[in-house]
Amino acid sequence: WLPTTACLSVIGLFRDCRKDESCRSLSLTGHVGFDSSPDQLVNKSINQGFCFNILCIGETGIGKSTLIDTLFNTHFDDRVANHFQPNVRLKAQTYDLHESNVRLKLTIVNTVGFGDQINKEDSYQPIVDYIDAQFEAYLQEELKIKRSLYSYHDTRIHVCLYFISPTGHSLKTLDLLTMKNLDSKVNIIPVIGKADTISKTELQKFKIKLMSELVSNGVQIYQFPTDDETISKINATMNGHLPFAVVGSLEEVKVGNKMVKARQYPWGIVQVENEHHCDFVKLREMLICTNMEDLREQTHTRHYELYRRCKLEEMGFRDTGPENKPVSVQETYEAKRHEFFGELQRKEEEMRQTFVQRVKEKEAILKEAERDLQAKFEHLKRLHQEERMKLEEKRKLLEDEMIVFSKRKAATELLQAQAFASTPTVSLKKDKDRKKDPGFRLEILCFDVKNQETDQEQREREKLERERFTHREFQK
Amino acid sequence: MSKASKAETDAAMSDLVPEPRQKPVVPMKPVSINSNLLGYIGIDTIIEQMRKKTMKTGFDFNIMVVGQSGLGKSTLVNTLFKSQVSRKSSGWNREEKIPKTVEIKAIGHVIEEGGVKMKLTVIDTPGFGDQINNENCWEPIEKYINEQYEKFLKEEVNIARKKRIPDTRVHCCLYFISPTGHSLRPLDLEFMKHLSKVVNIIPVIAKADTMTLEEKIEFKQRVRKELEVNGIEFYPQKEFDEDLEDKTENDKIRQESMPFAVVGSDKEYQVNGKRVLGRKTPWGIIEVENLNHCEFALLRDFVIRTHLQDLKEVTHNIHYETYRAKRLNDNGGLPPMTVETEENHESNP
Repeated sequence: WLPTTACLSVIGLFRDCRKDESCRSLSLTGHVGFDSSPDQLVNKSINQGFCFNILCIGETGIGKSTLIDTLFNTHFDDRVANHFQPNVRLKAQTYDLHESNVRLKLTIVNTVGFGDQINKEDSYQPIVDYIDAQFEAYLQEELKIKRSLYSYHDTRIHVCLYFISPTGHSLKTLDLLTMKNLDSKVNIIPVIGKADTISKTELQKFKIKLMSELVSNGVQIYQFPTDDETISKINATMNGHLPFAVVGSLEEVKVGNKMVKARQYPWGIVQVENEHHCDFVKLREMLICTNMEDLREQTHTRHYELYRRCKLEEMGFRDTGPENKPVSVQETYEAKRHEFFGELQRKEEEMRQTFVQRVKEKEAILKEAERDLQAKFEHLKRLHQEERMKLEEKRKLLEDEMIVFSKRKAATELLQAQAFASTPTVSLKKDKDRKKDPGFRLEILCFDVKNQETDQEQREREKLERERFTHREFQK
Repeated sequence: MSKASKAETDAAMSDLVPEPRQKPVVPMKPVSINSNLLGYIGIDTIIEQMRKKTMKTGFDFNIMVVGQSGLGKSTLVNTLFKSQVSRKSSGWNREEKIPKTVEIKAIGHVIEEGGVKMKLTVIDTPGFGDQINNENCWEPIEKYINEQYEKFLKEEVNIARKKRIPDTRVHCCLYFISPTGHSLRPLDLEFMKHLSKVVNIIPVIAKADTMTLEEKIEFKQRVRKELEVNGIEFYPQKEFDEDLEDKTENDKIRQESMPFAVVGSDKEYQVNGKRVLGRKTPWGIIEVENLNHCEFALLRDFVIRTHLQDLKEVTHNIHYETYRAKRLNDNGGLPPMTVETEENHESNP
């Protein structure tokens, strides 16, 4: 949007010179070259591209889409709406158009379901909301700290084509109501749709009636600007032809030896681009070729500024304080900021308190659980202790038994040793003293008895060994 | 936190936060579709419309000249705009004492050419670099530039705004370098370092008729190198080149022509049957607009014929936005600043 801002940031040349010492006119003694400034500006704008947003309001089937298609010579959207929409919706589509070196981002916004409901009280509200939303988006961008206005895709509605039904009588109440609500927000150009249903004489009367109704109801429609000499004459004439009676068609019919855009009826051919048949050419001329830039400028400087002023005043900003002293927006901003900070801190405190509360409760619960656990643990520990003690007792018993056994074993072994010691002498004695010693046989008997004892003891010993061995295993 | 308590807090929070306003049920982000045009519509007339509008409203341009006394600033500005714009002709007596501190003097003129009106403001800075102790002598200049941004910001932030906010921001600052032939002076470096961040600086080598061609080329190379080493971004800044075309064009200017070595003169002489602006010396006449003699024509074309709009745009989109962002971020709001205009105060107390 920079180009317009750049031009608009220049003060009226002969007005604001009071600050400077001498704002005198100088004459140049040669060619300086700044007359290329408009070209530089224009070149920059071309590089950036242009935005243009059209809003079409009208009943379903009045020819909005066809007219737009005809205006821009291309099929935009083929879908036809039905008459059974529950409420009014807006449908927006953006298109990139190229012509020579101009890139235009065209946004068409259509109303869907306008005038179809039984109760039409709220029909205009979605439209007003949409327009306000676009202004709001721009305002938000402008108020940002880090902003990028020059690359901002401007979606504010630059012109509103209001389609009037070709009844031939007068404006409908819905039309009046809607237009009254929109005239301070957008540039309205009223058009009569499907104008081929009205004859020429009827059309003239109809137009006069419409304009007088608009004027008497105080509806501000867009007036083509008449301050620039080159276009003032044509604009003034055009102002007299409002509302434009238009016919739209993309079909081509052969008339004479040319193919023209027209609608073919059994009784004749309505040529779209014939000025005698309808005002389409005038509309195209005014809308696109002559006043596009002015429409954009009006939107930015009048409608947007009005919105901005209302919005900021609503938010509590003032230009002059209570004692009528100029209060800078900054001060108000600062005050509000403090206020909000205070609010924020209060809320933070509240939240903190709640948090602390919750934490305390949770802690209590957890402590309880901990205590339970502790008790369980103690209990289990005790059980464990008891088991251990029992085992210890058992072990002691076992060990005692082992000691007893080993004593017995030692004694047995001793005896056994003695027995072994005597046996070899017995055999010697046997060879040598067989004849001499009659006590030989007695001793042999003794030996047998001892052997048996050892066997038994051996078995006992082995049993105890085994027990001891398993006991050791158990201990391990 | 347990789920129950979180839900509670959420509920508590939503009581404090008001319900957001219902958004209108419309698609906000439109889809871009390319359409082929059958036949001529007339969209390109918007160029003409725009041009007519801008010619009607006119342009303004604020140029500041900074440099030590006697470097030919006033003469150069006169030569640039082919009229007596400098303070010399507005009643300033050349024999007046050099001011004790740096002053800022802004004088506005209205000039017209080819149906285009321009309000030209020349901001002069007498006293810069002329004292014995020149520490911080760029501060008044920086302050002035920031004041203009502040003024614009104040206007922009108003509820009921003017239709056209008066633009007094400095679009271009010509910095005059003394033609020593050696290198930049510390004062030059300090000034440019501080100010290249707030304003578009175009360094200019003054009184270039004291150097021969070889000396000129060498000096320019050295100056460019020094500026680069010190990280000084002069206009056209590298980071703001938008596309390849811009970049190649600007690179050529940055690496070959800048800083422009200029000679200024407002006197005319007869050379080869033509009247030209020049300086007459015993050894010849130096033609100001002759590219073989000096680079004045390059400077003029650069500043006025090709990059005038760009200078303004960089000032508005980048320097001003930086200032604004900084200002809005400090303390979250702007304390009202008393704008002291130092324009037109008398140099002799």
